[in-house]
Parts: sequence; structure tokens; C-alpha cells
Amino acid sequence: MMSGYISIRNLQKFYGHYHALRGIDLEIARGEVVCVVGPSGSGKSTLIRCINRLEDFFADSAIHVDGVPVLPGANLAKVRAEVGMVFQSFNLFPHLTVRQNIMLAPRRVRGTTKAAAAAQADQLLARVGLESQAEKYPSGLSGGQQQRVAIARALAMEPQVLLFDEPTSALDPEMVGEVLDVMRDLAQTGVTMVVVTHEMGFARQVADRVIFMDGGEVIESAPPAEFFSAPRETRTRNFLHAVLDH
Amino acid sequence: MDLFETFLNFEVLARSFPMLLKGLWLTLKLGAASILAGLVLGLALCMMRLYSVRPVQILTRIYIDVFRSIPLLVLLIIVYYALPFVGVRLSPFASAMTALTMVSGAYTAEIFRSGIEAIPKGQFEAAAALGLGHRQTMVDVILPQSIRMVIPPLTNNSINVVKDTALASVVAMPDLLKQATQAQALAANPSPLIGAAAIYLAFLLPLVLLVSRLERRLNRGKA
Ligand SMILES: Nc1ncnc2c1ncn2[C@@H]1O[C@H](COP(=O)(O)OP(=O)(O)OP(=O)(O)O)[C@@H](O)[C@H]1O
Ligand SMILES: [Mg+2]
Repeated sequence: MMSGYISIRNLQKFYGHYHALRGIDLEIARGEVVCVVGPSGSGKSTLIRCINRLEDFFADSAIHVDGVPVLPGANLAKVRAEVGMVFQSFNLFPHLTVRQNIMLAPRRVRGTTKAAAAAQADQLLARVGLESQAEKYPSGLSGGQQQRVAIARALAMEPQVLLFDEPTSALDPEMVGEVLDVMRDLAQTGVTMVVVTHEMGFARQVADRVIFMDGGEVIESAPPAEFFSAPRETRTRNFLHAVLDH
Repeated sequence: MDLFETFLNFEVLARSFPMLLKGLWLTLKLGAASILAGLVLGLALCMMRLYSVRPVQILTRIYIDVFRSIPLLVLLIIVYYALPFVGVRLSPFASAMTALTMVSGAYTAEIFRSGIEAIPKGQFEAAAALGLGHRQTMVDVILPQSIRMVIPPLTNNSINVVKDTALASVVAMPDLLKQATQAQALAANPSPLIGAAAIYLAFLLPLVLLVSRLERRLNRGKA
């Protein structure tokens, strides 16, 4: 039986013959903020991309979001409307202004009126501190600003779940803070967040739970206090040594 | 013998001018109609080639490759002279438009495909993650970006279509070239042909220059 708001059972993912996810079981509660950490190639991106089925996964596996199975077909649009995603490379639509980027999905998927979508976009821009940038095109913004627009765009669908795939990894160091600040605020709002990140400080302060992945498996899952001070698994300890020792 | 008298005889040119104009009008009509129909066909072919079930994809691909290989003149003659044997009798204009459209559609499909495949995967993913369907993703996200990229090659293709309309004169369509050859025969002087060449140039040379400029601008954007 499912217990979590996001329920992942025996998630298997193959890229050709390569076994990228080796039977992940994970329950995430409504409103929980989960940070996923682990070495490069451990399957972190693959895991969260399966949650909204940007990646197909093995038929024996099951993912449910709010009780809805994440399967191809009519349900998938429903799941995707509830699950927002923020990418490492922003992926803003370059031919649309910042405001239009945010308005597009509400208008097309929810059928929101133009006026309502515009008002909502401006509200969201204010929330991420970019109210003066609505008319600009993405190419006119800094990386940090673009990522904040991408967050606003995801929020426009009023998602119950937000997935982040290394949202600050493509940013210049001086811009990481502004994006993490927005995410910190979001974490207070009760939205369920799954954040793949290398920002251990953020995980320590904001996460309800930290998950360590290696070799396509979840090795350890614990609240940050425990995770960072008393990791149980050797592999976790080695990883933390490597990333925290500089 | 005076070269001017022979090739740029203004008297002959002036007399044949109304004929040339009539031909030009037909050439432009044929060109525009074939370009537009080719765009529609090309977009449809491109979508079938990229996003349909496997057998349709393969058939589409065969169509595209065949119609890019076949000489237009051969196709045109088949449409005009061979189809009547199976009861399909098209006017010269319809024959020419059919042949031009079929070929232009094949080229256009490949141009659109390159434009779509040049869009980063992240754009498709961002659209999918927002809950946009396939059609909405294409219409609102992908195609508007592709179209910018494919304007230079599409313009190039359009230039080719207009040039190729001249082949329609072999199926007795009174286009610009046909009118010019008739005027030449009437006047026993080749000046109308030179006039026709000048008219083709006047229409197409600016387009050629425009493409170069667009390409330079797009490349600058990339750097
Ligand atoms: N499209 C793909 N085709 C083939 N193999 C892939 C593909 N995407 C990922 N992989 C492989 O699957 C494994 C897991 O990849 P994934 O991107 O999930 O790792 P990650 O933990 O997110 O790494 P990083 O920290 O570098 O982003 C890697 O070994 C990777 O090479
Ligand atoms: Mg990754």
C-alpha cells in the first residue's frame, strides 16, 4: 500500500543495457522537502525525471503522485500539471518574454484567461524579486535571474510538487544565493520539494530529509542533523568527506 | 551586325512587353501557389516523419528521398503526359503546380526537420514538464523557434521554386519563359529572352541577397 504523497516502488531504469536505477523504494510525504545527494552518475537526475516521467521506466516499477499512477496517457498530463520542474539549464523559452514564459502553461493547460495569467505572472515575478523584468527576453537576464523566472514559471501551475535538478549548478557562484533564497522561501509554503543538489549547506538547513544515492540505489535516507553528523553507511561517510573537505 | 540591335532591341522589347508581363503574372502565380502548397505539405510530411508510427515514418522518408532525387522536368512530364493514360488529365498550370509542390514539399520537410532537431532537448522537456501536450509544445514552443532558423533555407527553396516554374513552358504553360520564346519567334529577334532574364533577375536577385543577409545575422546571433 502507498503511504507517501509521492510513492516510488521498485523503480528500475535501464539505458540500453545500463542499469541506471536498481530498484528504488521511496515514500515522500506531502509538504516534505527532500534533498537528493550523491556522486556524479549515481542516478539522481534519472530518479526525479522518472517522477514526472520525462524518463520512461521499467514496467514492473510503480510511481504514484497523490494516488495517481505516473503512466503514459491521459493521466500523465494530470500528474505533470501537479508536478513542477526546475532544470539545471533553466530551459526558458527564448522567443517569449519573461511574462509570456510564465503565462504559457496556465493559458494553454488550465485555460486561464490572458488577463488572469498576466496578473498571476506579475505576482510570481514579485515573489522571486523580478517584478521589473517582465518585458525582457530570457537572453537579457543573468543566470540567477533566469533560474528565478524558471521557478516562477513552474509555480504558475500551482503545483503540489516541485522537482529541482541541480538548480544552481550552472550558475556563477555569486548568483547561487539568490536562487537558494527563493527555494528556501518555497520550502516554507508547504509545497512538496525534491531537490537534487550539491549545496550541502542548503540540504542541512532546509531539508526535512536527505537521501544519498550511489550506483543507482538509495544508500541512506535520514534527517539532515543525523545525515551530516552521524551517517550510518561507509559510502555516505566517504562521500561527505569528499564534498565537505573543501 | 550590331550586338545591341540583336540582343537589346528596344523596339522589339517594347512590343513584346505586354506578353512578358502576362507571362510574369502567371509565373508569379504558379510560384506563389507552389511555394505555399509546398510549405503546408512540407510541414505535414515533417510531422509524419518525426512523430508518427513507424510504418508511416518510413513511407514519409521514402517519399522525401524520392522526390528530392527525381528531376523536376521528368516529374512534370510524367504528370502532364503520363497521368492522362490513367484518366488523370491536369491543365498545364495544375500539372506544373503539382510537380513543383511535390518536390518543394519534400525539400521543405527536410528544412523543417533540421529546424526542429536544432532545438535543444531541454525545450521539449520544459514544455512537457509544464503539462503542455505535443501539439501545444510544437505550436507554442518549438515551431516559433524553428521558423526563425529555417527562414534562410526556406527562402532559398522558394527561389528555386520560382526558377523552376520556367520548366512549365515545356507543358505549354504560357509563363514568362514561354511568352518570351514566343515573342522571340514573332519578332525574329532574341531581345524578349534577354528581357525575360532581366525580369527573373529583378525578382530573384534581391531574394538571394536577402538570404545572405539573414544568414549572416543568424550566425552573428550564434557567436
Ligand atoms: N540518456 C542517457 N543515455 C544513456 N545513459 C544515460 C542517459 N542519461 C543518463 N545516463 C547514465 O545513467 C547514469 C545516471 O545518470 P544521472 O544523470 O541520473 O546521474 P546524476 O546522479 O544525475 O549525475 P550528475 O550529478 O552528474 O548529474 C549515468 O551513468 C549516466 O551516464
Ligand atoms: Mg544529474
